[in-house]
Amino acid sequence: MTWSAAARGAHQPDNTAFTQQRLPAWQPLLSAGIALPLFFCAGLAFIGLGLGLYYSSNGITELEYDYTGNPGTGNCSVCAEAGQGRAPPPTCSCAWYFSLPELFQGPVYLYYELTNFYQNNRRYGVSRDDEQLSGLPSALRQPANECAPYQFSAAGLPIAPCGAIANSLFNDSFSLWHQRQPDGPYVEVQLDRTGIAWWTDYHVKFRNPPLVNGSLALAFQGTAPPPNWPRPVYELSSDPNNTGFTNQDFVVWMRTAALPTFRKLYARIRQGNYTAGLPRGAYRVNITYNYPVRSFDGHKRLIFSSISWMGGKNPFLGIAYLVVGSLCILTGFVMLVVYIRYQDQNDEDEDEQ
Amino acid sequence: MDCSLVRTLVRRYCAGEENWVDSRTIYVGHREPPPGADAYIPQRYPDNRIVSSKYTFWNFIPKNLFEQFRRIANFYFLIIFLVQLIIDTPTSPVTSGLPLFFVITVTAIKQGYEDWLRHKADNAMNQCSVHFIQHGKLVRKQSRKLRVGDIVMVKEDETFPCDLVFLSSSRGDGTCHVTTASLDGESSHKTHYAVQDTKGFHTEEDIDGLHATIECEQPQPDLYKFVGRINVYNDLNDPVVRPLGSENLLLRGATLKNTEKIFGVAIYTGMETKMALNYQSKSQKRSAVEKSMNVFLIVYLCILISKALINTVLKYVWQSEPFRDEPWYNQKTESERQRNLFLRAFTDFLAFMVLFNYIIPVSMYVTVEMQKFFGSYFITWDEEMFDEDTGEGPVVNTSDLNEELGQVEYVFTDKTGTLTENNMEFKECCIEGHVYVPHAVCNGQVLPDASGIDMIDSSPGVSGREREELFFRAICLCHTIQVKDDDEVDGPRKSPDSGKSCVYISSSPDEVALVEGVQRLGFTFLRLKNNYMEILNRDNAIERFELLEILSFDSVRRRMSVIVKSATGEIYLFCKGADSSIFPQVIEGRVDQIRARVEHSAVEGLRTLCVAYKRLIQEEYEGVRKLLQAAKMALQDREKKLAEAYEQIEKDLILLGATAVEDRLQEKAADTIEALQKAGIKVWVLTGDKMETAAATCYACKLFRRNTQLLELTTKKIEEQSLHDVLFELSKTVLRCSGGLTRDNFSGLSADVHDYGLIIDGAALSLIMKPQEDGSSSNYREVFLEICRNCSAVLCCRMAPLQKAQVHAPCPLSLASDWGIVKLIKLSKEHPITLAIGDGANDVSMILEAHVGVGVVGKEGRQAARNSDYAIPKFKHLKKMLLVHGHLYYVRISELVQYFFYKNVCFIFPQFLYQFFCGFSQQTLYDTAYLTLYNISFTSLPILLYSLVEQHVGIDTLRRDPSLYRDVTKNALLRWRVFIYWTFLGVFDALVFFFGAYFMFENTTVTSNGQIFGNWTFGTLVFTVMVFTVTLKLALDTHYWTWMNHFVLWGSLLFYVAFSLLWGGVVWPFLSYQRMYYVFIQMLSSGPAWLAIVLLITVSLLPDVLKKVLCQQLWPSATERAQNTCVRWQDHLPELTPLASLQSLHPSAAWPGSHSEQVTSLCWESKEHEAPAHGARLSLSRRHPSWKPCFGGPPSGDG
Repeated sequence: MTWSAAARGAHQPDNTAFTQQRLPAWQPLLSAGIALPLFFCAGLAFIGLGLGLYYSSNGITELEYDYTGNPGTGNCSVCAEAGQGRAPPPTCSCAWYFSLPELFQGPVYLYYELTNFYQNNRRYGVSRDDEQLSGLPSALRQPANECAPYQFSAAGLPIAPCGAIANSLFNDSFSLWHQRQPDGPYVEVQLDRTGIAWWTDYHVKFRNPPLVNGSLALAFQGTAPPPNWPRPVYELSSDPNNTGFTNQDFVVWMRTAALPTFRKLYARIRQGNYTAGLPRGAYRVNITYNYPVRSFDGHKRLIFSSISWMGGKNPFLGIAYLVVGSLCILTGFVMLVVYIRYQDQNDEDEDEQ
Repeated sequence: MDCSLVRTLVRRYCAGEENWVDSRTIYVGHREPPPGADAYIPQRYPDNRIVSSKYTFWNFIPKNLFEQFRRIANFYFLIIFLVQLIIDTPTSPVTSGLPLFFVITVTAIKQGYEDWLRHKADNAMNQCSVHFIQHGKLVRKQSRKLRVGDIVMVKEDETFPCDLVFLSSSRGDGTCHVTTASLDGESSHKTHYAVQDTKGFHTEEDIDGLHATIECEQPQPDLYKFVGRINVYNDLNDPVVRPLGSENLLLRGATLKNTEKIFGVAIYTGMETKMALNYQSKSQKRSAVEKSMNVFLIVYLCILISKALINTVLKYVWQSEPFRDEPWYNQKTESERQRNLFLRAFTDFLAFMVLFNYIIPVSMYVTVEMQKFFGSYFITWDEEMFDEDTGEGPVVNTSDLNEELGQVEYVFTDKTGTLTENNMEFKECCIEGHVYVPHAVCNGQVLPDASGIDMIDSSPGVSGREREELFFRAICLCHTIQVKDDDEVDGPRKSPDSGKSCVYISSSPDEVALVEGVQRLGFTFLRLKNNYMEILNRDNAIERFELLEILSFDSVRRRMSVIVKSATGEIYLFCKGADSSIFPQVIEGRVDQIRARVEHSAVEGLRTLCVAYKRLIQEEYEGVRKLLQAAKMALQDREKKLAEAYEQIEKDLILLGATAVEDRLQEKAADTIEALQKAGIKVWVLTGDKMETAAATCYACKLFRRNTQLLELTTKKIEEQSLHDVLFELSKTVLRCSGGLTRDNFSGLSADVHDYGLIIDGAALSLIMKPQEDGSSSNYREVFLEICRNCSAVLCCRMAPLQKAQVHAPCPLSLASDWGIVKLIKLSKEHPITLAIGDGANDVSMILEAHVGVGVVGKEGRQAARNSDYAIPKFKHLKKMLLVHGHLYYVRISELVQYFFYKNVCFIFPQFLYQFFCGFSQQTLYDTAYLTLYNISFTSLPILLYSLVEQHVGIDTLRRDPSLYRDVTKNALLRWRVFIYWTFLGVFDALVFFFGAYFMFENTTVTSNGQIFGNWTFGTLVFTVMVFTVTLKLALDTHYWTWMNHFVLWGSLLFYVAFSLLWGGVVWPFLSYQRMYYVFIQMLSSGPAWLAIVLLITVSLLPDVLKKVLCQQLWPSATERAQNTCVRWQDHLPELTPLASLQSLHPSAAWPGSHSEQVTSLCWESKEHEAPAHGARLSLSRRHPSWKPCFGGPPSGDG
């Protein structure tokens, strides 16, 4: 309040539609008359969509195998027993045999699945240095504090890549062998290990530090590999396009999962005779068993899955659409009954008034 | 340095309480009084600097921050922010710091700007130059350097620089005229009087020679009260003592008019002036919505704490297995391992609090504030509430109460000036039982040569004639009217009859009406000059009366008197007042005839006054004079002593006659009251008038209708039976039919059988309020309230202003009897929302007390308007104010509040659920940018716009159908049921978002290239669905889609998408993490994500749509019916005409046949056409402009 008591509004107000709150307006009313057809239409559309989704999901085949190696579950239990302790366990191999009675429709994707693994734990999720991963040399020498306790090695060297996520990189490896004829030789099926990470992650977000004298190893000189890693980051793969921070497996792993049970893409099968899928016959998957999961009550699975336009096998969306669609129709009918029964009454009331 | 000086200084600064005395002594012109006068008590006075600003440049930031963080919500967010800074929390401090910073900055800028304006105004005020007298010369200096005791000269049209005691003026009679427009808004001129003994000092030299001291009370804020005493030392040592009253005081802020210059002495300066004291204390009213908002906040705070507690406990239960607490892939650092378990648990608890803190929306306060601020402009802008006649529009003084206008259950209205126009017309007078009725003044047009008198019966004889003239003289003399003889005066109340430029000015319109009426009878009051009143009598001769004393009017005595001395030396006391206050003092006169006539007039709704006189002999007068002088000199309890003196003087009177003045109803007052009653609002009329007058007005304005059963609780009735019996009998009557009343509540037309009206008078009311010895008063009060609750209309007549609301004297042990009627209702057990409307200073207490105070910019000044929360030009504007604006504001703000809580439940509940899937590790579901911007940009504008322009029902419908108001009273849209519905809707939606996304992501890929999404995609999916759902939910609730709504609503969705594309599309160099890189775009590249978004939005909105449609179909509320009708109306306009509109077109159809009402209506209609009943006579009297006998008979008397 100022001392001069200036009175507000003591002048002729403007006469505009806005100030008089009379702007032209559309005044819709959600009445039964509008809602009814809406419900029926939506219901029908949803049911149609749901059916489509459901069948398209049903057309996808999946084949999965739990190779955790809990006692008595297969030949991986030997490895599981051996690698009871913390990583790194002794290298151990086991195998999974299966046979396909008919063609496994392609394209076929190979996933691994971990359960009870909390990649979404907050402390785990922040334990990385995106600047380091983008190839920033300064971050290579001085990893972010969030990486602790995987920030510096015991020797005081900066760890590259630092952090818990990188340190716990999934290091089981698989190879697929196909036996065309019974008792015939197993032929290795080529697994395409490229294109499993997001294009943008692989090409933009993850960058190796600038090469020193054309050598990646020199670029990483003065850093230590994460404690659990048997070899440094620049030796992740022999392919120069797939090593260092831009290793596809590594990039896939670094995209942390939303839920404690998660799958990650391991490889695509699309080469040679296997473009259309896996032909019938016996198969063997050789598993290099490195990754310990039993200490936290986890499971490891291998999954072969085909993919449609809507991704992997997931009946949820189809079922949900069907349920919601039928609910719409049902409530539509309920409302229709109500509408017919009470419409007259309302009209009478209004007439009385 | 001199020791004694130091000691004095020390004493001055340290004495504190000792120095605080009841009165102050001022040496005029700083001249010490001659020795022997009272001991001087040194007092320190502030300089004349006015500081209205709150801050200085230096303390602005700390002080403003302190002020802002005193608000509980801001403090809460500050704490959250600090917690985030200190502990390792899931969200970055930016997420709560940025919104808080935004809110604080915006508020600080606003307050800083306002304070800057105040600084500017202060500086202008403090630096303007003032003339004052120093050593007999005129000196100019800055206003702020003025000190108490300085003699100041003020010229015409200047504003007084501080509170002055008026010493002398350039006018010979020692008066000056003053307008107080900037103080209380009254633009009329008021006359102030210089001190008798100093008014001769006209020049600077003279005034410098003045030797005087002034004793007066310490400053107090009442503008109209001042007691003091001046001692003038002439050459002889014995001082002359004079009383000082408010008529001698010139207030800072008032402006000098029509007077060349005046001299005055400063007595209150700077922050001690009455104006400064008045601006300081203003109590804050809080609306019911704000209260419910705070309750809801507490509920949400409890939810928040319990969520955090649950998660903390579960976390430690879950972590009790070491492989979960610290699996090999996620090991802790050494320092983390060593931390104390309880400290860790506490930190975790705080972290959860931080994670969920968004459930209490920081932006809600800003939005509510903006809504109120901008929303109040729609009231000021409203063209229909602009009054062309006065050029005034509505004024909003407190925008905090907009929504309270939609919640009013009780309206307390003043009668005079609020319901009526306060435009008095002299209707009739009755002298010694002879009745005089004028005819030709119905529409205020008065005829040129109306000098004749006609009366009802044959000529009254000689003694009668004498009495008649005495009566007219009494009316001519007994008043406080001033005459303005120049035309420049603002707000003139011209005496139309005189034809000359003779203007009467008075604070009471009744007096003007009377004097003007008498003028037509041949007695004209000419002027008051040098204490002589001059009147022009019938024979065009001037009679002069010396005005000896004025016993001024007060509302307790309800009468006033003057003592005059005629030219022949006879001393008369003329007294005029309400019949009830005159009759007991009367010992002679035709009391019965006059009483009968007074009652007859009152039934017709006229305001009556009785006139009495007594003759005083010189000795008697001397006694009276001494008595008054003694009372006036008193510094303490002057009022009380004066009242006692008046009581002693005004007795043994001789009754002369009575007058009747008509006060016409305001335009559309009846229509407004009818609408308010239909809206379920109980209307109480509080008035000081007689019961019959008031009742007649109430019939005329449709407060009572023909079928209203009147219950009386009056002194007369209580005299017959005991209060106890009357009360219980009434309550029985009322309760017998209360069953019928509730049913009636639902039908739109309340004109049903059981309609009760209660009439109560002030005396009966105070009996009910008075605590009995046996303590049964509360019982009476309960019974009384019970009766009132069942009456649709209550009329309280003969009320003293303080009974309207006792708000003065906030003594802690205020007795129950002090309760005003407004307070009584306000504090009754349902705590209804009350609104008080009035126009006069006597309504201020009521206006301040009620939840909403509305002032009518009336003829009695702007006091009421200034103290009110809303000021409107006319009573009729109350209808639109409540039924349209109030209703809309309430609907808007309640939706705003509920929606804010809803959208934050939607926001935070998925976070809570996610904790169960991330090992209670306080992982956030959404990215920092989303957390920060959700409330301040993605979802803020649509609801703000909604809360400004939504009209769930059109303005015309609201006005046409007042009963719609019932749908929102009693805080209907913020009840627990509604609140729980919204909360559950929020929880349901949150469940849908979260588990929808959960099942989508469970163990599979949703892209056609087999790649897998991570946790940020999961969160983004939930967030996207949420933003769309929450915005579309608002779209579903919007009934009024202007282009702005379309723009803002769809615009904000588009903004979200655009922002997400940008946020994820670029590697932001300033961010240390790139977690959102391409997440949104990758999500949109997946078909199932689109399908899921559509599905989840549909599922979330489905229950609400279903509920809306079913409720509308099965249990439609009146509002929904109205919406329906509206839509149909648009479709087939000619078919449907609701009955309500028909009724409002022909209000006369429902009028009861009360006599007074016909009179009033005729008066109105006569403007347009002559009413058939009185038409003939009206036209006759226009042709022969003269007073006509009421009941026919040949005109007699000496016309």
